[in-house]
Amino acid sequence: MPQQLTRLLIVFAVLTVGLAVSRQMLIPKTFGERGHYRAAAVTTIQQRAVRYAGRQACGDCHTDIVEIHGKGRHQSVACENCHGPAAAHAQSPVDNQLPAPRKRAYCPLCHGYDPSRPTGFPQIDPVSHNPMKPCITCHNPHQPEPPHVPEECGACHGGIARTKAVSRHALLACTQCHATPIKHKVTPRVISPDKPRSREFCGQCHAKDAKSPSEIPRIDLATHGGRYLCWQCHYPHLPEAN
Amino acid sequence: MADAKRNDAAKQQPESASRREFLHTCSLAGPLLLLTLQSTLLEAATGTEKGYQAREHRYGMGVDVSRCIGCGRCVDACKNENDVPREPYYFRTWVERYVINSAHETSVDSPNGGIDGFPGITTEKSILRTFFVPKLCNQCDDPPCVQVCPVGATFSTEDGVVLVDKDYCIGCRYCVQACPYGARFIDPRTRTADKCTFCYHRITRDLLPACVEVCPTGARVFGDVKQRASPLVQFNRFHKIHTLKPHMNTKPKVFYADLDEEVR
Repeated sequence: MPQQLTRLLIVFAVLTVGLAVSRQMLIPKTFGERGHYRAAAVTTIQQRAVRYAGRQACGDCHTDIVEIHGKGRHQSVACENCHGPAAAHAQSPVDNQLPAPRKRAYCPLCHGYDPSRPTGFPQIDPVSHNPMKPCITCHNPHQPEPPHVPEECGACHGGIARTKAVSRHALLACTQCHATPIKHKVTPRVISPDKPRSREFCGQCHAKDAKSPSEIPRIDLATHGGRYLCWQCHYPHLPEAN
Repeated sequence: MADAKRNDAAKQQPESASRREFLHTCSLAGPLLLLTLQSTLLEAATGTEKGYQAREHRYGMGVDVSRCIGCGRCVDACKNENDVPREPYYFRTWVERYVINSAHETSVDSPNGGIDGFPGITTEKSILRTFFVPKLCNQCDDPPCVQVCPVGATFSTEDGVVLVDKDYCIGCRYCVQACPYGARFIDPRTRTADKCTFCYHRITRDLLPACVEVCPTGARVFGDVKQRASPLVQFNRFHKIHTLKPHMNTKPKVFYADLDEEVR
């Protein structure tokens, strides 16, 4: 064999071995197993931890809530929609408590009025709809129903009923302020219901020393408003918010 | 003698009848046995008992635009589930609001992907129509992002999901540029490409993707495009379906129902 050919062969052999070795070292192990990619990457992605446990997981313990939730208008809303990812909570319930959104800002994400929302979806104006109160005061998020004014009053006084339903006084029954004789329903113009006749009536909740929940606004009956009755300035069916 | 013979024949008759019956049953049992054998053989061949089999699936998602209320819970759930950075530039899925005014001018916005809700619409002209459109990676059957990847770090799996190999990606951003849907971003922590995986770690465990799981109105539907019993096939049958940018020939697997022509 001529000398130059031997040298050429040696160079070729070195190149071939070099190529084989570098291929072995550079190309990842599972590359090309299933296609032009690293098959092991699929397994890595598959093994990521799950954070959202899924609807079935909640019913294992919270049977009572899941039962009423399944009947209500929110049945299509997953528990984890409001309570956040629950996989860790399902693993060890005591160590990982789930939050519940109780603030007023949360519900309008779905129910605040937006013209882009589909027609017929229940929406409210967060500025005027019973302002300042958290939504859960009146609405049970697991089984939401709009609060009803007693049909007996709303049948005739529909305007007042609708106004009151979105006001801060939504949860007060009509009869809380209006003592209504049963005959008012038979002869409404002859026998009329009562109206609060004194400032002290409103003061039962709003006076400085009243024994009512602390979030109710207070005034000093002695100095506020002089000789006028409360409802001569404040409309009790839609009291202004401060 | 003759009487006795006849008696014998009479005695043997029931026996021969039972033999015929036996043969008859055999002829029936043969195919039955074959059928059962075949099904077990088939099962062994396809490996249904071996857990998740990628080849038997082909995933897709349906989006019902007329049901989306733009609450942004899907975007929030996606970020929670997949550790997507919370900054408002990184989204695997996001919700866009389209506002078309009376002059037929379209404006699109998506403040923080829709997580914090949408501010009031400010337009001087009256609104002609307005709606929300959830967007995500379209998991194309013919993905441009996979074509341009110089190292094979992004790929289509056997079940039709386009994934990114984070350990192999060199962060060159070719795929981000190639995606016609703007569905990809560079993760600022790893400096590698990232995108929607249809929650691959969930769907292979028989769970729904996080966005589908939390959607309160059922605007997102997830399922198999192949299997007839899947909710997606039913969704596609009962709605007029459009895909995004069909002229790009990417063959998307995210199907939109009631999609306005402004979006296409």
